[in-house]
Parts: sequence; structure tokens; C-alpha cells
Amino acid sequence: MRQRHEFHVDSTRYLDDHGKPLGELPPQAEQTERTLAAYRNMVLTRAFDTKTIALQRTGKCGTYPSVLGHEVIGTAIGQSLASTDVFVPYYRDQATHILRGVSLTELLLYWGGDERGSAWKHCPEDLPISVPIATQCCHAVGVASAFRIRGEARAVVCCVGDGGTSKGDFLESINLAGAWHLPVVFVVINNQWAISTPRTVQSSAETIAQKAIGAGLPGHVVDGNDYFAVTETMDQALARAHGGKGASVIEAVTYRLGDHTTADDATRYRSAEELKKAWERDGLKRLQNYLHNTGLWDPEQEKRLQSECKEAVDRAVEAYLATEPEPPTAMVDYLFETVPMALQAQRERIADKYRARTGQGGAA
Amino acid sequence: MNASAQKAVARSSASEVKDITLVEAVNMALAWEMAHDESVVVLGEDIATNGGVFRATVGLKERFGYKRVMDTPLAENLIAGATIGMAVQGLKPVAEFQFMGFIYAGMEQMVSHAARMRNRTRGRLHCPLVYRAPFGGGIHAPEHHSESTEALFAHVPGLRVVIPSSPQRAYGLLLAAIRNPDPVVFLEPKRIYRAVTQSVTDNGDALPLDTCFTLREGDDVTLISWGASIMETLQAADKLTEQGISAEVIDVATVSPLDRETLLCSVAKTGRAVIVHEACRSGGVGAEIAASIAEAAFLDLQAPVVRVTGYDTIMPYYRNEQAYLPQVDDIVEAVEQVIAL
Repeated sequence: MRQRHEFHVDSTRYLDDHGKPLGELPPQAEQTERTLAAYRNMVLTRAFDTKTIALQRTGKCGTYPSVLGHEVIGTAIGQSLASTDVFVPYYRDQATHILRGVSLTELLLYWGGDERGSAWKHCPEDLPISVPIATQCCHAVGVASAFRIRGEARAVVCCVGDGGTSKGDFLESINLAGAWHLPVVFVVINNQWAISTPRTVQSSAETIAQKAIGAGLPGHVVDGNDYFAVTETMDQALARAHGGKGASVIEAVTYRLGDHTTADDATRYRSAEELKKAWERDGLKRLQNYLHNTGLWDPEQEKRLQSECKEAVDRAVEAYLATEPEPPTAMVDYLFETVPMALQAQRERIADKYRARTGQGGAA
Repeated sequence: MNASAQKAVARSSASEVKDITLVEAVNMALAWEMAHDESVVVLGEDIATNGGVFRATVGLKERFGYKRVMDTPLAENLIAGATIGMAVQGLKPVAEFQFMGFIYAGMEQMVSHAARMRNRTRGRLHCPLVYRAPFGGGIHAPEHHSESTEALFAHVPGLRVVIPSSPQRAYGLLLAAIRNPDPVVFLEPKRIYRAVTQSVTDNGDALPLDTCFTLREGDDVTLISWGASIMETLQAADKLTEQGISAEVIDVATVSPLDRETLLCSVAKTGRAVIVHEACRSGGVGAEIAASIAEAAFLDLQAPVVRVTGYDTIMPYYRNEQAYLPQVDDIVEAVEQVIAL
């Protein structure tokens, strides 16, 4: 028997757990301003995350999925994307949304039970947060198809978790991306846990990236806590997509340092020791160490950044808490372009009840 | 507009009048709209080179090119979801599901995304798309090819469910569905794909959505139906005329959102209503119509509202499919029953 095809899956890592270069760094490491901006975004994202969890614990926000452990991946994605590209998220992409121009107040509104939290003004073509697992992958290939049909040199980045790669949506979408040669980058954020189900239960495949091969696409594994590794891989995958060379799949390996959501308690299914080890590989701390070691960052700058981020988050929280709910008639007003006749009576009923309760008109 | 599209427009601007079948009307509407709006694209399984298993998309690839007429991999969930991605980008995709029996894999995308996109982004993104599927029984098809499950979609806020029952309405309603800025599930009664021909003017005129069509005026009873059952309903109305009973026949056409006004006005006039549909009975669109009449026109009624429908069981394989489908005599009998009261 002779071997017909040979496949391989690359793996990239540049920094050790303490932020020390393991060898030569990629050219992106020379872009000091970009690296510092990335670090600032990671710190802001973590400050936002900490505060939002606190809001939920005190009854001021709904169920919220912590982004802890995803800051490096999300930031690198946000920086690599061109403003004209389209981002197709899942639901733990806060770091990317912030770089795309979604305001912290909008993110709070979304998780705080207000649809206006997805009416993003600064990235109007990005898809909204997608809660049904992996369904967004199909939208990503649709958006990329639109670019191909119109002959536009734009690209799509789609995020999905390790659990999501078990779904047909992911597999069908990477398959189409290969068959139609679409400008899309799938980033699988492998944080080891799909709520309580560990990565090993999702699939016996050695890597998730190798699923790309079955779709005729290149698959890369990258250390998701290594800013330079994720950035280089994202830049290359997007250059490939923009250059008409097709899609790719990146498996960014990290660890979900928080609970699945504020409604979850991860101590029920994973050990404190495993979590402690994961914290030792924290990508934010790793980049901070790198910046300190290379003289690009000092404790004074850190102090200032922490206080700036706190202020930005506090301002957003204030704006969020001060936002009045929409009149309840909004539940009907955005269903279709115009309210159908069949819904007019129900809309009037909603408006009447609202008026009776508040003395305000809801029929504007 | 590119040169070939302009040529296509020139070809199709002649407002030809043709005697065509329902499935040909679907094809004609797709061709008209593709010729006049570059953002219209069609996709599905076997729809490009093969022209669709029912030939609904025949000739489109040759005329508009493979970029706008796309054969997809065999994955209905993907078709439903990729269509959403195209639609939020401003294209007007028309996706074909080969049979309604295969549409269910796409339902998560329809329910959780297509129907909700405008609402959940507060109008930032919306889905001007059409999901087409042949549906219903009566053509001796294999298992999974004969069901009528329009009620599943009619129950989903944010989806329009439109069902034509003649070549003219297929042409006009499909044009309206494509032009509508929100998602439309367009269900084509395949039993009457080629049952009759009708003269249709290919002039791009759409018919209104969310509106019932009164096919025949009458005074004694209102017969309410849609899709292929319109054929039996009209035949029943003919038989009733012979018996001296004057039946009004209404084609609901858009089963969601419902044009209750037309239905209620008719019932106010006739005082009796018989609802006819192929789908199983409980929780069907007929139940919604009956409830609406009971709520809003109870005092106009001279008899209870009666339904003539399929049974609450699995559509039998084709040797027994006629025993499942409502027949002309079933409708006549139901009318006799309400008239007798």
C-alpha cells in the first residue's frame, strides 16, 4: 500500500509562560505601538469583565459569560481585521468587539437585557453576538459568498468554541468555505471546556485544527496565550483571504479561566489544581512580563492604565444604568420593516397597558 | 448593471403573456427579478446545472451565470444559514429546499436567526431572503416528500409564510416575496405545479403579501383554504352551486401574518365558515383562523366553524395518500352540515 496524501498541522508559539522569547520573534513584534495597544485592550477587557461579573452578582446585569482567558486571542483578532472586513462572533468575544468599536455600554446593554445593545454604530456590518452554538459559522460563509459574488477584496473572521466544532454548522461551513474558495478565517477558541464537557469528550481528534483538512483547508494550531503567535497567524490567514487564496482554520488554544457564565459553577467539574496551572499560562500576564522585560512598560504606566480602564468601565456602567428601558412596543416595532396589520391590535394592547402603568405614551 | 444583465432586461421587458404552469411561473418570476435586480441570487441543491429537481430554476444559470445561480453542497442547515449571511450583506438570496421534508435541518437558522435578525439588532441588519420549498402530498412521492407543515413556520414571529395556489399568484407573490425586506418562507404546492395552465403577463407586477384573495364571491358560506387544496375547494364550490348553495372562496395565500380582516368581513356576510387544509388538524393554521373567527365574529355565526383537514397522524405512503387528503366530497359534506344548522 502506498501513501496517497500527506497532511500536516502547524503549531506556533513564540513566548514561554513567563513572556521570554523562545527564539526569534515574528516581524509583528517590532510593531511596538500595536503591541502596546494590544496590551491596553487586554487590560480594559479584563477590567470590563471583572466589573460586569460584579454587576451580575449584585442584580444589575443578567447572566454573563466571562471572557477571562480569551483576551489575547480576541485582541489579536480585532487588530488583524481591517475595518472593512466583517466579524462574525460567538458570545465570548468582548476583546474583539471593543476593538471593532462596540462600546462597553452597548455590551452591557446586551447582557443587561436590552436589544439596543446589538445596534452597533461603529461596525454596522458585523454580525451580532450569537448564542446558539456554531450557527454563526453558516452566516460567515454567506457573508464571504457575498464578497465573492460582488468581487470585493474583503474577508470575514468567524469565532467558534471547541464545543462548537462538534456541530454540523461548523463542519458544513468549513466545507463550503473550501468548496467555494471563500475569504473567511475560522478561529476555534479552544478553551478546553464546553460548560462542563472537556475537550477530550468533544472529539478524539488529536487537534481541532486537523478538521480543516477534511474540508480542503489549511489548519493551524496556535498558543492562544501568546500574543505574537496569534497575531502572526491571524495576519497570515487574513492576507491569504484578502489575496483570494481562500479560507483557513486556526485553533487557538487557551483555557477558560472563569465559569462558563455567571450561572455556572466550574468547581463542580474541574479541579483547583488544573485552574491554578492554567493561570500560570495567562496570556495577559505573559505579555505584561514581555513588555517589562523589554523595557517597553513600567509600573508607573501600569498604574495609570489600570486607573484609565477603571474610569472607562465606570463611565460605561453609569451610562448603562442610566439608560431607560425601551417602551415595550419596541418588541413589535422591529419584527418586520413595518408592523403588519395582523399585529396592530396586539401593539395597541401593549401600548395601552404601558400607558396605564406609567402614564407615558408608548406608541411613538 | 453589466452588459449581460442589460441584455437580459431587454429580453424580458416585452411583457409577454404566456400560458404557463405554476412551476413555470416560479421560474418566470425568478428570471424577471434576477434580470432587473443584480442583488437577487439563487442557491440550493441541484438548482444550477440541473435546473432543480422540479425544473423551477431551469435556464437561470445559463442566463445569469454560476456566480448568481449556485449549486450548494448537500447541507440544508448550511443553505439556510449561508442565505442569512448573504442577506445581511444586502443581497436578496432565494434558497431552494428540494422538498419541505428536508427543510427541518435549516429550521434552527430560520427560527433563531433569519426571523430575529432585524429585531435583535434593532434594525441594523435585516434579512431580505426567500426560502422556497415544494410541499404537500398527492404526487405518489417517497416517504418524507409529502407533508404540509406550514404551521411550524407560521408559529414563528418574524417569518412570513406565503403559499401560492395558481400560476398568476405564484408569479406575483414570489416577486413580492423577493422584494420584501424580511424573510419569507415560500411554500409551493407541488401537487398543482403542473395541474393547470393560466395566462400570466411577464411584466414584473407583484401581488400584495399579507392579503387574502377572494377567488369567488358567495352569500351562504365562506370556504377558506390555501395551496393545492384550493383546487378541491373550488370544485366543491361548483358542486354546491348545483345544489343552490352560494359559496365564497378565499385563498389565504399569506398564512402568517394573517389577513383576518378579509376573513372576518366574509364571515360577517355569510355567517358560516369551512376551513380546508391538507396539513394535519390540531394546532394547524386552520385552528388559528377558527379561533380568530370565534373571538371576533361569534355573533355573526349561524353555525360552528368547521375544518376539513388531514388527520393528526403521519402522512401515509402514497397507496393511501388520497385517504389522508381532503376530497371534494368531504368539503361538500361539511358545507351541507353547517348549512343544515
